[in-house]
Amino acid sequence: MSQAPAIELVGIDKKFGAVHANKNINLAVAKGSIHGIIGENGAGKSTLMSILYGFYHADSGEIRVGGTPVTIRDSQAAINAGIGMVHQHFMLVENFTVLENLVLGAEGGMLLAGGVARARAELKRLAKDYGLEVDPDAVIEELPVGLQQRVEILKAMYRGAEILILDEPTGVLTPAEADHLFRILGVLRDQGKTVILITHKLREIMAITDTVSVMRRGEMVATRKTAETTVEELAELMVGRRVLLRVEKGEAKPGAVVLSVRNLTVKDGRGVTMVDNVSFDVRAGEIVGIAGVAGNGQSELLEAISGIRMPASGEILIDGEPIGKADPARLRDLGLAHIPEDRHHMGLVLRFEEYENAILGYHRDPKYGGLFLDLDAIRKDAIEKIEKYDIRPPNPRLRTANFSGGNQQKIVVAREIERDPKLLLIGQPTRGVDIGAIEFIHRRIIDMRDAGKAQLLVSVELDEIRALSDRILVMFAGQIVGEKTADAGEQTLGLMMAGIAA
Amino acid sequence: MNTASLPLPGWITFGLIPLINLVLAFFFSGLVVWFIGENPFDALALMLEGALGSGEGIGFTLYFATNFIFTGLSVAVAIHAGLFNIGSEGQAYVGGLGAALVALSLDHYVPWYVTMPFAILGAALFGAGWAFIPAFLQAKRGSHIVITTIMFNFIGAALMVYLLVNVLIVPGKMAPETRTFLEGGQLPKLDWLMALFGLKLGPAPFNVSFLVALVMCVVVWALIWRTKLGYEMRTLGVSPSAAVYAGIPYARTVIIAMLISGGLAGMMALNPVLGSSGRLQVEFVGGAGFVGIAVSLMGRNHPAGIILAAILFGILYQGGDWVSFEMPNITREMIVVIQGLVILFAGALEYMARPALARLYYSMARKA
Repeated sequence: MSQAPAIELVGIDKKFGAVHANKNINLAVAKGSIHGIIGENGAGKSTLMSILYGFYHADSGEIRVGGTPVTIRDSQAAINAGIGMVHQHFMLVENFTVLENLVLGAEGGMLLAGGVARARAELKRLAKDYGLEVDPDAVIEELPVGLQQRVEILKAMYRGAEILILDEPTGVLTPAEADHLFRILGVLRDQGKTVILITHKLREIMAITDTVSVMRRGEMVATRKTAETTVEELAELMVGRRVLLRVEKGEAKPGAVVLSVRNLTVKDGRGVTMVDNVSFDVRAGEIVGIAGVAGNGQSELLEAISGIRMPASGEILIDGEPIGKADPARLRDLGLAHIPEDRHHMGLVLRFEEYENAILGYHRDPKYGGLFLDLDAIRKDAIEKIEKYDIRPPNPRLRTANFSGGNQQKIVVAREIERDPKLLLIGQPTRGVDIGAIEFIHRRIIDMRDAGKAQLLVSVELDEIRALSDRILVMFAGQIVGEKTADAGEQTLGLMMAGIAA
Repeated sequence: MNTASLPLPGWITFGLIPLINLVLAFFFSGLVVWFIGENPFDALALMLEGALGSGEGIGFTLYFATNFIFTGLSVAVAIHAGLFNIGSEGQAYVGGLGAALVALSLDHYVPWYVTMPFAILGAALFGAGWAFIPAFLQAKRGSHIVITTIMFNFIGAALMVYLLVNVLIVPGKMAPETRTFLEGGQLPKLDWLMALFGLKLGPAPFNVSFLVALVMCVVVWALIWRTKLGYEMRTLGVSPSAAVYAGIPYARTVIIAMLISGGLAGMMALNPVLGSSGRLQVEFVGGAGFVGIAVSLMGRNHPAGIILAAILFGILYQGGDWVSFEMPNITREMIVVIQGLVILFAGALEYMARPALARLYYSMARKA
């Protein structure tokens, strides 16, 4: 190693109050390599990258770029040091064109024309050198997600980034789009750029990185050459114990039809048809998975079945009875439970204490009091769930926002499963949840199935759909484009999700 | 550096930060007083003397505070359900009509303690009624509650003037007001309470409405944090999407919260109408509804905080009157400026000092 590392972190330390987010982190990323950083939620990956990009300041420690110590006070300083970042949630102006987004913040003068012309020429060169083709005059909101992400990468490259940080880049991509992204990253590496990839998906780490570092509870616990490690070893390093990556399950024993959806059409707030004439059944004792890229109508489907959104037409039946205009409270009485996709905005009230969220939606149940809340009963109930689901810290009086993502999700899962519903709707059960909790939640879902409950599962994680479902429906552009069994190949499903083959 | 999410201990959040805001407000008020050529320290001393220096001063301070507790609670209940009720002023005004009608019809026949419960009910019903229309429009038609309630303040004011001038006025009199209630329609003063502390109330109109206000504080606390209705209101207030998920009916919860809010505002009328002047007069609310917004914000929408903030504003009102009396340069309008500064610093700029304090606290904590 004659060359100085592209980026080197020495003894980075960061505390937020009592939380020690980064403990004495040392990391060296070789120039011209793809370096993966994995870790559970709350392990400190995001904090570390925020320090690198100037959102936070380390309490102590040093950042060296190409061997020279630098101070990164804000994101502008990071850009000047040649660091570019592609955020998990895109930072693009939706109604601007690609070119306009590219020059945003780097307009280069009072008048736009000069900067835009330069950007157009530069865009052409970048497209040629790195295979980053995109129409410069397309409006962002009309581009597919994969291309929007490409614009983010272009933005960083346009600003002269030598080091590119990608935060969970594949969460919103189809498998094919993800593969394309990896090819681009490969080209960037071959051209001498350095890529840091933050993810919790072990498969991606194995597929694309040269080196991988594992974070756990604010510490950098290991760095490995990707070729010399295994998925099992990395998982164990992340969690600190052995984990089952795939839950064991037996054959499903489907019973009577519990949920029937007949010719359902659902429109969103703007009147756009999101679910288009969909029909299917879910039987007792089976898990039906809905695969699809985010935004293809799965969310609206769940909302319609759970009574949150009124369907435009069609019928939903539970146990053969049409639910009509039943609201979520009425549907709960009918035995429906719902783990919503978005626990932050639906499943939980983050400002509430834990015990208050443990009754959300079921608060009218007489066992939690009449006119007044029976706090003793509610807290006793909350503590039982905390113990059964190993929610940490085990404190029902703690504000929900102060629990980690995995524990927040366990609060929701415990609440919905412990009602012993006959029909459970599950949306993104493990989004932003660490591996240890994923294993636990998957186990609970399988147990529910074996107890004869009907379950409808929506997830953008194809691995999750394949691991849990007994039948898989693929949704594309609001329609169910096909049904497969659980052993369908990833390739087949991926093509169907992209709307290419049925 | 982002400090907004850093937790701070309670004594900073609930003690030090409000105190700093208050000091800042007084500092800038002092500057204003100094600019017009008066000594700010003298003015402050006068203000405190006027508000707290005698039994009478304290009586007036608590009389004003009583108004602000009611309107503060009114604003707080709505805020907990995510509604910004700016209409407490008008709801209190119309509530006065309810209270006065009860007093006018009962004072011939029964003693005050029989009249009072009915007057409370009448005031609350009329206040709630005046809040119902904006509530209904918000719940069913999506008309923004801020716009409708502020418009209803004007409509309410016009309605009350019309009624007082044309209907309720005593024939042959010039003043647009009802007749003075008999003893059965007037609430007794709390001179015995002041006497317990060895103070003389004098002519100050401090009356049993204050005790009603304290009871309502307990009722509101229980409603918000101990009932299922309060739970539903808070869920809706903090996270409307979670409320939909939980099957909490939006329209019903919005309307109920606004009825309670309007009812509390209406009860405020008890204090000036039955407790002080003994008749219904034009403009008797006198801005208490708007002060209620500041009181609720400053008291962090909690009844205990509202009592403290209401007393502070009581001091500003009573002490301010005293200052404008003693220092002719400082007019009534100047006092309004000072009250405005307190609202600005304590309400609107609530979090201004927080980042600096958070940084200071953490650098001290690290050294310690």
